[in-house]
Amino acid sequence: MARRAFRHGRRRRPLGARLVSAALAVVWALTAAFPVYYMIITSLKTQAGFFNAPLWLPPKRPTLANYHRVIFSEGITHDFLNSVVVTCAAVVIALVLSMLAAYVIVRIERRWVRWTLNLFLLGLAVPIQAVIIPVFALVNVLNIYDTLWALILPSAGFAMPITVLILANFFRDIPRSLFEAMGLEGAGHLAILRRLVVPLALPALASIGIYDAVNVWNNFLFPLVLTQSQGVQVLPTALYQFQGQFGIEVPPLMAAVVLSAAPLLALYAIARRSFLRALAGGFA
Amino acid sequence: MVKRLDAQTTVMAALPLAFYLLFVIVPLGVAVALSFQTWNGLGPATWAGLSQWRKLFADPVVWTALGTTLRLMVYAWLIQTPVSLALGVFLAGREPYRDLLAILFFLPLLFSAVAIGLTWIYILDPSFGVLTAVAQQLHLHAPSWLGQRWVLVTLAVVISWEFIPFHTLLYQAAAQQIPAELYEAAELDGAGLLGRFRTITLPQLRYTFVTSSLLILVGSLTYFDLILVMTQGGPGYRSTVLSIYMYNEAFAKLHMGYGSAIAVLLAVLGVLLSLALLRVSGFTRMRSQLEGG
Repeated sequence: MARRAFRHGRRRRPLGARLVSAALAVVWALTAAFPVYYMIITSLKTQAGFFNAPLWLPPKRPTLANYHRVIFSEGITHDFLNSVVVTCAAVVIALVLSMLAAYVIVRIERRWVRWTLNLFLLGLAVPIQAVIIPVFALVNVLNIYDTLWALILPSAGFAMPITVLILANFFRDIPRSLFEAMGLEGAGHLAILRRLVVPLALPALASIGIYDAVNVWNNFLFPLVLTQSQGVQVLPTALYQFQGQFGIEVPPLMAAVVLSAAPLLALYAIARRSFLRALAGGFA
Repeated sequence: MVKRLDAQTTVMAALPLAFYLLFVIVPLGVAVALSFQTWNGLGPATWAGLSQWRKLFADPVVWTALGTTLRLMVYAWLIQTPVSLALGVFLAGREPYRDLLAILFFLPLLFSAVAIGLTWIYILDPSFGVLTAVAQQLHLHAPSWLGQRWVLVTLAVVISWEFIPFHTLLYQAAAQQIPAELYEAAELDGAGLLGRFRTITLPQLRYTFVTSSLLILVGSLTYFDLILVMTQGGPGYRSTVLSIYMYNEAFAKLHMGYGSAIAVLLAVLGVLLSLALLRVSGFTRMRSQLEGG
């Protein structure tokens, strides 16, 4: 039944309307694709080729030299690994903590539990920039400034509001009788969470986990403010540094840009639909 | 629902709450406290009374930055809403060629704001930008995209390029839920294409419209990465939004107290905007669902 609704009878639209909407779609598809096309063809050019041939055409003899340089001479692999570590750690912490919070919000009926929910809603409304100064102070107090922890812990904290809300929404749909049956068997809350909720919620956990991961992966403000040395640099700050360092050497810069998005591009190529659903972050 | 709290649930609640309070809520309070202090980020902070706030209200740059923030917010909303709505409704259809186009539609979602900013700088560069080159080829005069006159419009366009795919996803999901019967009934009543769009599609998408608008408006307060990479707030103060001004005051000039006052202004704007939009939105429903069980 629900599938049928997708078709909503608009296949019989007049030709003119179809042409207009198709034209808009083609214009957007080109607009969306052009910068990506540009970064890829440019990353395959030599510096001379970049300046001598038309900028909008792909190179006649594509070269991987820029990728070679960025990976082996500029150390982007190190930044890449840092990004992987920060993203994985932050997402795991955010997921575990949010799962506990969502479970309590859904299963415990107390007034302060409602207040907790309001606190998480507040976290959605506050721009990250508004609290970056105290986070900087906090990271100094905890003595983790300029370490990967300075990125992991705040990133996990700021991923929590949306993660808790989405998981709580999902947990609420689990039939109450299942909880009660396990409770009668004498299972504690942690056991219920582990044996009932987690298996049922795996798709939701994966989806919001990916959403959080993309946000942490792309975050620029935290590494900009909370780290400074080369050793703990992550991809967004590495790109920012390359911008100053490479100047008008656009081809290697574009190679770095492509590499910084490589995991997301791969995921998009492999599982576009579920990846997009995850990226809608539960708002759709 | 369980009313009883045992040791286990107490720990289950306390752990995430303590972490969240420490890293998100306490900093919010500290931001307010710091706006009454003078602090250079290293030494001890000293009490400054209302002086940061007096400075803020007298600072013309703050008011310009607030105006710039609001203008960028409006531009971004004006570009993103109609385009995402149209694309979302388009994608809700099922012809196979839509699927093919859809692969390209969402590409911007895959790049960080820094990556996007860097790429667009070299697309728009006045001497070796590809758009400039294309314009020359067509014998058109390319304006200075990031100059005084066009910079805000250009930033709004690039920001829209970044976020339109996300909002398209929202509208697409909602448009797919509209029951076909509504359209069939309207068609029997003799409603034309535009009539059906106005009387069925738009009203059915109103919650998505509010959610999407809320995310665009509140999200616009956080446009920072892209602006820092593309213009650093310039030329002059032309593209200095509040978040950029806060960053420059706090982390370039080390005026952490004054930066905090600007940050509080930013937080207040965010909360007020959310509250105003929550009043009229489906989010209130979502919240009552969450609370009511």
